[in-house]
Amino acid sequence: MLLITCPWCGPRAHIEFTYGGDATVDRPADPDAVSAEEWLDHIYLRDNPRGPHVEWWQHGAGCRGWFKVRRDTWTHRIHRSGPPGADLGEDEPR
Amino acid sequence: MPDVRYSIFSLARNALSHHQGWPLAWRSPQPKREYDVVIVGGGGHGLAAAYYLAKLHGISNVAVVEKGWLGGGNTGRNTTIVRSNYLLEANAHFYEHSLKLWEGLTRDLNYNVMFSQRGVVNLTHNDAQIDAARRRGNAMRLNGIDAEWLSVGEVRSMVPLLNCSPGARFPINGALVQRRGGTVRHDAVAWGYARAADACGVDIIQNCEVTGLRIDGGRVAGVETTRGDIAAKKVGLAVAGNSSRLAAMAGLRLPIESHVLQAMVTEPLKPVLDTVVTSGAAHVYISQTDKGEILMGGDLDFYNSYAQRGNLPTLEHVIQGAISLFPFLSRLRLMRTWGGVMDMTMDGSPILGKLPVEGLYMDGGWCYGGFKATPGAGWCHAWTIANDAPHPLNAAFRLDRFHRGALLDEKGVGASPQAH
Repeated sequence: MLLITCPWCGPRAHIEFTYGGDATVDRPADPDAVSAEEWLDHIYLRDNPRGPHVEWWQHGAGCRGWFKVRRDTWTHRIHRSGPPGADLGEDEPR
Repeated sequence: MPDVRYSIFSLARNALSHHQGWPLAWRSPQPKREYDVVIVGGGGHGLAAAYYLAKLHGISNVAVVEKGWLGGGNTGRNTTIVRSNYLLEANAHFYEHSLKLWEGLTRDLNYNVMFSQRGVVNLTHNDAQIDAARRRGNAMRLNGIDAEWLSVGEVRSMVPLLNCSPGARFPINGALVQRRGGTVRHDAVAWGYARAADACGVDIIQNCEVTGLRIDGGRVAGVETTRGDIAAKKVGLAVAGNSSRLAAMAGLRLPIESHVLQAMVTEPLKPVLDTVVTSGAAHVYISQTDKGEILMGGDLDFYNSYAQRGNLPTLEHVIQGAISLFPFLSRLRLMRTWGGVMDMTMDGSPILGKLPVEGLYMDGGWCYGGFKATPGAGWCHAWTIANDAPHPLNAAFRLDRFHRGALLDEKGVGASPQAH
């Protein structure tokens, strides 16, 4: 089981959380100024990396807050987590 | 390569020599420097594409390159179920074509794939599900596909061990059954296609991982592999689970997330279940293998993963659903669990056609359902490569459907890959 650290509640079991997908995808600031290509990119296209992935999780069975986690999609290792505005930067060394 | 057809006579002949004289089922050649077509991925899909390229389109200067061993990816990790019970027209025709190929596959390949049309029973548990199932059943029949509605009494007599009591956690009020659906021995599919493709002259190269795609002036020129560079006029990707990574080698991004899906078997039992039972409400599909194990699959783990292994809470959830339908399962021990990596697309339907690089083709994005598509996908992939254009059966699966807004959203849940 994944052990996920909620920035507000601390480390909790995976079953308390809901996954929210790639957190590097930003909704265009001005929807009226966005081309069809940019909508395609935002809504459908993903990097889908094998390796470090910054992603959204929601602590549904706790504080209900949304936050970011930097997790490796190949090893499932969780490097760090932080509030929505956090820059989760580089991987922690082994 | 000695051409030995498998038959009762060759079996008897080889029995006399204590089965020491069987030739290898396929060669293991060194890769040549150049091929007309290189197929990346030696699972059922890639091997099927190579076979149909050679057999139906006369293109036999083909290599299949596989990073591990044949059928070691999702071909060997699924729950072996085949069916064509789809609502949307494009899906219905494609999967029905695939099911018809399954029906003749053992004879076509001269390899027993142990195809068993034991039926696939989709349970319903409430009025809304009855409406949806009957609508889907009617759509199937209009498309010429067999579908039959069963009352709860008929379900009970067909599957006696199912908990049909009104007090069940998921009370059963009927089922849609496709009797032509069933199961296939998945390893035999990879091996059968490999042997048949090899007999047509296709080179099957294992332990050969593609590390890059060579692109020259917007046109594919070959692949870079751990066993050297191989030039190719055309390259087909059949690497579901890793499609995003291969596409990235061509500078492309796909509408796909990779997720892990788990399955499991119990200890073997005497025969107790002679059909496939699925329940959308309990998120589980159950059958009994020829070895006697009860085979169960269910939900994704619901987070991006390339790990080919998942977590126990998901298994527990699937098992809870299974036990709610079949209470006798609670006494069984679990024998094995495993995970496979799925290409989960943004509309839940596959991507099968040309990519926006000349000479590059893709067969992927299969979400939960790649195994049943194996013959049809290989057939359409081969057609698309040979003609540089999709066949009408896979025209709706083109990548540019996301661009055009022509999505194929069978479940109607929108751009949320883990929900399909």
